[in-house]
Formats: sequence, C-alpha cells, structure tokens
Amino acid sequence: MSAQYEVVIGLEVHAELKTDTKIFCSCPTEFGGEENTHVCPVCLGLPGVLPVLNKKVLEYAVRAGLALNCEIASFSKFDRKNYFYPDLPKAYQISQYDLPICKKGYLEIEVNGRKKTIGITRVHMEEDAGKLVHGGATIATSRYSLVDYNRTGVPLIEIVSEPDMRSAEEARAYMEKLKAILEYTGVSDVRMEQGSLRCDANISLRPMGAKEFGTKTEIKNLNSFRALQKAIEYEIERQRDILEEGGKIIQETRSWDEGKGVTVSLRSKEEAHDYRYFPDPDLVPVVIDPQWVQEIRDSLPELPDAKRERLVQEMGLSEYDAGIITGSRALADFFDQVVAEYNEPKMVANWIMGEFLRLLNANNLEVAESKVKPRSLAALLKAQAEGTISGKMAKTVFEEMFETGKEPGTIIKEKGMVQISDEGALAAVVEKVIAANPQSVEDYKAGKEKAIGFLVGQVMKETKGQANPGLVNKLLKDKLG
Amino acid sequence: MKITVKDVEHVALLARLELTEQDKEKYTQSLNAILEYMDKLNQIDTHDVEPTAHVLPLKNVFREDKLHRTMAKELVLANAPEEEDGCFKVPRIV
Amino acid sequence: MDLYKKTAHELSSLLQKREVSSEELTRSVLDRINKVEEKVKAFVTVTGEQALEQAREIDEKRARGEAMSPLAGIPMAMKDNICTKGVTTTCASKILYNFVPPYNATVTEKLLEAGTILLGKCNMDEFAMGSSNENSGFFPTRNPHDLSAVPGGSSGGAAAAVAADEAVFTLGSDTGGSIRQPAAFCGVVGLKPTYGYVSRYGLIAYASSLDQIGPLTKDITDCALVLNVIAGHDPKDSTSAPVEVPDFTRYLVDDVKGLKIGIPKEYMGEGIDPRIAAYLKQAAAKLEELGAMCEEVSLPHTEYALPAYYIIASAEASSNLARYDGVRYGLRVEAEDVISMFCKTRSQGFGEEVKRRIMLGTYALSSGYYDAYYLKALKVRTLIKRDFDQAFLKYDCLLTPTSPTTAFKFGEKVNDPLAMYLSDVCTIPINLAGVPGLSLPFGTVEGLPVGIQFIGKPFGEGTLLRVGYALEQNTDLTKPKAQMEGVI
Repeated sequence: MSAQYEVVIGLEVHAELKTDTKIFCSCPTEFGGEENTHVCPVCLGLPGVLPVLNKKVLEYAVRAGLALNCEIASFSKFDRKNYFYPDLPKAYQISQYDLPICKKGYLEIEVNGRKKTIGITRVHMEEDAGKLVHGGATIATSRYSLVDYNRTGVPLIEIVSEPDMRSAEEARAYMEKLKAILEYTGVSDVRMEQGSLRCDANISLRPMGAKEFGTKTEIKNLNSFRALQKAIEYEIERQRDILEEGGKIIQETRSWDEGKGVTVSLRSKEEAHDYRYFPDPDLVPVVIDPQWVQEIRDSLPELPDAKRERLVQEMGLSEYDAGIITGSRALADFFDQVVAEYNEPKMVANWIMGEFLRLLNANNLEVAESKVKPRSLAALLKAQAEGTISGKMAKTVFEEMFETGKEPGTIIKEKGMVQISDEGALAAVVEKVIAANPQSVEDYKAGKEKAIGFLVGQVMKETKGQANPGLVNKLLKDKLG
Repeated sequence: MKITVKDVEHVALLARLELTEQDKEKYTQSLNAILEYMDKLNQIDTHDVEPTAHVLPLKNVFREDKLHRTMAKELVLANAPEEEDGCFKVPRIV
Repeated sequence: MDLYKKTAHELSSLLQKREVSSEELTRSVLDRINKVEEKVKAFVTVTGEQALEQAREIDEKRARGEAMSPLAGIPMAMKDNICTKGVTTTCASKILYNFVPPYNATVTEKLLEAGTILLGKCNMDEFAMGSSNENSGFFPTRNPHDLSAVPGGSSGGAAAAVAADEAVFTLGSDTGGSIRQPAAFCGVVGLKPTYGYVSRYGLIAYASSLDQIGPLTKDITDCALVLNVIAGHDPKDSTSAPVEVPDFTRYLVDDVKGLKIGIPKEYMGEGIDPRIAAYLKQAAAKLEELGAMCEEVSLPHTEYALPAYYIIASAEASSNLARYDGVRYGLRVEAEDVISMFCKTRSQGFGEEVKRRIMLGTYALSSGYYDAYYLKALKVRTLIKRDFDQAFLKYDCLLTPTSPTTAFKFGEKVNDPLAMYLSDVCTIPINLAGVPGLSLPFGTVEGLPVGIQFIGKPFGEGTLLRVGYALEQNTDLTKPKAQMEGVI
C-alpha cells in the first residue's frame, strides 16, 4: 500500500546586488577578472580592518523588499555568522540574524492556470564569500584548492520563502517570478549561470493531511531553472521511496549532480554547526526613515504582475503571450518600446512571441544581446502595414536584421525587395495571366471563388513575389467582373 | 561543575583548536573557575533592561557606492603562506 | 644634553628653534634604546635606519621652512597591534610573527602626517589579552622601576618604553585597562579616550566594542599634544564619533576651581592596597586645596563589571581572532586537510591565555548559552553605563585608583587567571561605559609607581587633562621617575 504524501518545499534564494562596489569596501563587484585583483585589506579580512556599509546596498535591499510586498524594518542591524572555511576571510560572514531589513512579503505564481500566493519570510543583506578552485576533478578528489577572493564582499540579499510550495513546478514558477521581479526592480543581474542568482531548496514530505512537517533535506547547487525542477523531482521520489519502505529521512545537505541527475549527500566529518550569531560590534544599526522608503516605493517600476494585467486588459494580448512577454523585464521593455513606435500591440506580440524569441533561443542569446533594436522592428512592421513589403518578405528581412543589425529599409533596398503597388505596372501582368489561364477564368466566372487564389499566385510568381497581393486580388476581380 | 571535558572538546572544535588531553583537563578546570565567577551576574535582575551592544548612539553610517583603487596583486599575496597561480593555496577541503 | 629624557613639548620648542635636529634627537633615543633595551625589552621591532631617514626628511622640510606640526621630528613608538605599512605587526603572537601590513592604521597615517618618527613596535600581551606582559608570545617586558616586576599590560612595552626614555611617547590600546594599568605600573601618563574618539581602523581587534587607542606620555601636556593628532572622525571606522575635536592644549590651565569630583566608594574598598588609597585621598585633598570639591559617590553595579567584561570581550575576541587560520597571512602549520591545518595552526600559533578566552567566548555565544552569558552581560553593561550617566549628572569627573596594587612580580599571578583579571577591576568599568579614563602617576610604594585614575564624561577628555595638569603643577608626586636611575 502506497501512502499519499504531500510535498513541502521552501526556497532560499541568494541574489547578488548590482552595485558598483562591494558591501563593506570600495572594491569592484564586477564578475570575473584576474584572480585576487578585486580585493583590498577590508575584503581580504586583514588584521585591523573595519567594514563600512555601502548605502546603495541598503537601498537595493529595501527596493527588492518593497517589490516583494514586504514590511520594511524601522530598525535593523548586522550580525556575524561564525564558521571556518577557506573562502571566508574573516571566518565569519557579516549577515543579518534576528532583525532583517525586510520580512512578511509574498509573491504570486500561476501553475496550470491556478494562481497561488507564496509567502516570503524575510529578505536580509549579507556579504558573499570567495571562490575555491579545486586541484582535482571534484572537491572530494582534490589534494589542494586555490582561493580567489574577488567575489568576497559582493553584496547579496537572501530571500527566504515560506514552505508554501507543493511541487517542483510551483518551485520553478516561484523562482521564475522572483527572478523577474528582481530584474524589474533593477537590483540584480539575476544571471543564474554566473551565480548572481543562486537557489537552495528545502524539501520534505508528510502524510496527506498531517500538520507536522516531515524531516527536510536541503539541496544546494541549483544553478538553472531546469536543475531546480529536476533536482526537486528527484529528491521527492528519493524521499518517497525511503518513506514507503518504512525508512527515515536524514536531515542533511545534499548537492545536485547535474551530470548524473541525482542528489548526493554532502555530509562532512564535521557536523557541529553552531554559527554563534551576535551583533557585529564594528557596524552600527540602521534606522529606516519611512519617508525614504516611500521615495523608493514611488520609484519602483511597473512590476511583472501589473504589467501582465495591463497587456491583457488594455492591449488585448492573451494571458499566455502577456505572461511570456512580462516574464523578463528586458523582453517586456522591448515590447513596450516597439509598441511606442508602432501601436499595434497584438501584431507586435505576435512578432516577439514568434520570430524574435525563436531566433533568440536558436542562437542562445539574451534580449540585451540582440542586434535588432525595438525601433528597427517597429520600422519593419510599419513597412509591412503600409504594404511596402509582404509578410513573407518581412520575415526574410527580419532574419537578416537579426544577423547583421542592419535597418530594415537598408535591407529592403539592398535586396530590391520593394513590393509593386503600382496599378499600371501590375495591370499588364494581370492581363497576361488572365490570357494564359482561361480554365481558371472560366471556373471563377462559374462561381468558384477559390479559382481567384490560383490567379493571384500566378501573378505573384510572375513578379517574383514583389506584387502587392491585396492589389492583385482587386485588379483581378475588377477585370473578371 | 559548569562544563565538562566533553564541552571543552566541543568548544575547541567550534573554535578550531586542537587540545591535548592535558590541555583539556587544564582548560576545563580554569573555565569552570571563571564561569563560576561569572555566575555573580545572576544576582541582578535584568528583566527589564535593554542590552547595550554599542555605547555610542550611532546609526546609519554609510559610504557612497564609489570605486577606489584595489591592492596591487603582489601585495595581496605578499603574506600568503602558500600561493599558486595568483591564488592562496590550501590543502584538501574534505 | 640628554635629549631622550625630555618631554615632547620641551623637544618641540628645541626643534622649532633649530637648537636640535630631529636626526640628533632620534639618534639620542636610539642610543638610549641600545643601552637599556636588553634589560627592559620593550620593543618587538626597532626600525632604527628608517627612523633616521625619516628624521632627516623632517629636518630637510624644516630647513625649507615648511609648516610643521608641533610633534614633527619627535621619535615615538607604537604598540605592536597597530598596523604600520611595511613594518611587521605581530600582536606579540606567534600566529602573526611574520605579518607585514600592506596598509597603515588611521592613527599611523595621522602620526606620520604630523611628522613624528617611528622608532619601532612595542611588546604587549598577545592580542592585548593580559595585565602583565607575561602573555607576550615572544618575551616579557620588564618594569624599568624594578626589573623583577611586571610592567603591566597589555600595553606593557609601550608604557615601559616611555618610562625608560626609549621613546618620547607611545601609542597603546586599551580594552579593559591596557593603557592605564601599565601607565600606573610604570609611572607614566596614560589616556584611554572616549570610545569612538580615536579611529580603530588598523588596530588589530581584541574586543571591538571596547578597544580604544590612546597615548602614553611623560606628562599631561604631551598627552594633550598627541591626542590633538590622533583624535577625530574617520570614515573608515563606522563606530567613529562624528564630533568636532577641540585643541586639547587649551585645557592645560592650572585651575580646578569649582570642579565637582566624585570618589566612587566601590573603588576604595576591599582589595585596594591601603597605601594606594592613602595617595588617592592625598590627591583629593590637594584638589580641594586648589578649589575643587571632592565627595564620595556610589556606582552600585561596579562589582558586576568584571564578569560582564570577560564575557563580552571574550565573545568578541572569539570571533575577531577566527581569521587567523593560516590561509592568507601569518603562521601556517602544514597538514593533510584544511580543517587539520586550521586546528594545528591555531593551536600552535596562539598562547594559553588567548586560547582560554577564545574558548570562553565561543562557549558564551554557543547555542543554548547565548542568553545566559552574552545577552546577560550586555544587559549588565547597560546598568554599569547608567551608573556613570547618573554620577555625571552631578560630577565633572570621578577619581579612583588605576589599579588595586602597584606592579606585581613576575610569576605572581600568571597561573591564576582570575587573580590576574582582578588587576583590571578599577579600569574595566570605564571601557564598558565607553567613557574616557586618564591614569596619572601619583607617588610610589616601595619604589614602585602608583597611578590614580580620573574618569570623564563622554568626550570630556579636556576636564581630565585640566585636573591632571593642575596636579602636575602643584605636586611632585606626579613625577616618580627620579628613583629609576640605578635600575637601568
């Protein structure tokens, strides 16, 4: 007999804030760079140094908190989280323990057409650690490791959700929405592949209807949406198998092994975790002025949910299209900018959902990396609407725009792709086609409306596709009475 | 006895200190004497007293988000006990 | 002319009048170091060549007629927990035996900016934990008044250097009495400024919420001159007070008329050497004679200061000293894996008392004990601070002994941590409250100097200097050095 289990998932998400400098010193936060060149005595934790808080970090944390519907603390402070690791130069991380800057927020997700609110317990500020490069293939087989402290002290916010998710799909939807919101607010680059957005998942199972939570495991190393979903799916099955065999879940940290598609235990010989949090005596409390919070609130851009609503209600887009377009700020901004130049939202949406996303995905590019600028796409759509080029031509032109970044007008001219919309020029071709296809002319006159389509096709063929199909249609009908 | 040899072992592990058996005995003894003395604090009622983490009433001390020069790389590694390829080198982690 | 014996203000005027050069003066002090250092052992590092070079540069600047600060050309030394770029800074610990800071502490910058000459770095109790200098990871410094007695601690080297004329002045640091107690033991002036008055940037932390840098000098005037240079807001230290700093020399007036001075009875009871208590009464009588008003006051929570201090200081230290792990600087003891490397490095690098306090602090912060120890201690700190707030509603400053005894003998307390801790019983409450404390020499007992302590309101250093200056002008008890000659 297989018992029915309910899945309980909570996510801890770390987002690097895109300030110019680190949280407690004036070193650059820029990703990459030669090892140990983005460092100074402060982020290296040299004896005697002291931290001073970057004001922008506080502003961004508040901004993110507001976008996530959080309460902003009026009094907040920094604490030290003590543990030894070679990538942590002070052997403590400056973080926030009992008085985080934001708490009690939420965001909304939608899975299979059902909306659900996921609670956000807290958002707090902390510093990132350095990076270890292992001498061997994995941490377990390496005889030594190398430490690069460039990332040390890059500002992070940690966003802790309530254990409100009940499936891998919900977890993924939460993560996608969170990513979009952080991107919209402009506080983070949210690039999972570069590690500027990272996610740990807490997963447990409990018998349906039970009040108590089951024993949870924490899964680390989830650096893509796919990894997040696959790892959670795997972990749910792993735990279900153990429980169904009457076994017990061990509370532990596990790592997702992307290659093998499994989660593996990270048990180390030292399990005595006791972080000994206490207020950092080198930093003073933060007291938040409500006026300042209001200013930040007023400066928030339109967020994904509101934007999606607007696209559906005011622009007539489908829920699905609106969802995709507003799923990333870059795409939504692109859409807005095209519509600003060419006010046919549905047409614009069709192009973005169709050609634009198809080519981006095929070339593995971000919106920001696209050579096609919104203004150029708008120009292309205008040319099509004015009848300068046909829809088919427009697609050909767009592909070239995507590849070369040239303006549509240039491409149209270069290719001599201008549509023939001159009645005089077309009349001769129409005469010729009518003369050459008496059978079709007969059929049409006998009432077979479809026959006109064949005749239009013949005109297009004669003109190498450059004739304006609408005009050809009209001319044929006029001639044939 | 407020703390045992086992507590001392646990604390030493947290603090990354390696103690000989003799050390453990010695520290257990002296820490007990000190902790007993600390018990004096329990003579006063601090129920309604706010803790003082900072003696100065400072708040909101910030710096602007402005870049400054970073350290020359050779200076970064000048004190390193062991280095390789511009990084600090450490023995295996697990 | 024994230049090395003179005070900074005497030398300043000689230098300004070009009667002596900084190079001559620096040579004189370096010769003195050569002569007595073998006995006193106040220094961990002496930077003689650099000092002479620096002195010549200052002399050249003066010759060019450039504007000079009053301390320009004066040779000084710093406790070895204050970072000096390019000069080894060890905290007198094996774990930092080879650490060369790539940066200067803010006070170092300020003193170099003012044109003072760095002679070297002074010995101390390892990581400033100790009251006798016996906890130095290298060797103990001796009291220049009696080589079998300790110089006090933790700034024992800095105090002994000034007492033995091996530096015109020094900087020390004070977390629970580490400037004042050795100043008292060695018969020099020592000031712990208000918390936040002097930048901690570059001071290797022991207990961040208590640590303060301050001067050890031959007299009150020098103390004011040095404070003028080192005090002031520093944007690199978030706990630095954003306050204006006065010219402290304007408090150097021989006038205490109308000052109200409280004498806390809790500092005069059991454990205080009666001969020290007698000197204290003598000082009070002198001040009354000069027009001040002295009366007894009570600071009822005084007895709780010591236990609260050791919890707070040890807790902060356990975290502050975690960074010494053998990865980036200092000692590394090789091992197979990183955890063993951490453990071996730290066990062999730290001395016994440092390890004891790390363990005490780790325990006090650990899960299940935080409220009972650390939080409790922070609450008691509030009560102690309130005692002072209350007293300062009525009094301009307070007067107490600096230490319950004069300098004790080597080995006397080293095996009894609690007895050693009690040596700081008169100075610790001042750090917990964050107020300033000044130790002034006042007489001797069996040839060993006695220190009396004036405690001021936050940023009330001026009043302390004024009282100290008045006593210096009116009694020779403030100059105990005369009898030292035969010793070194």
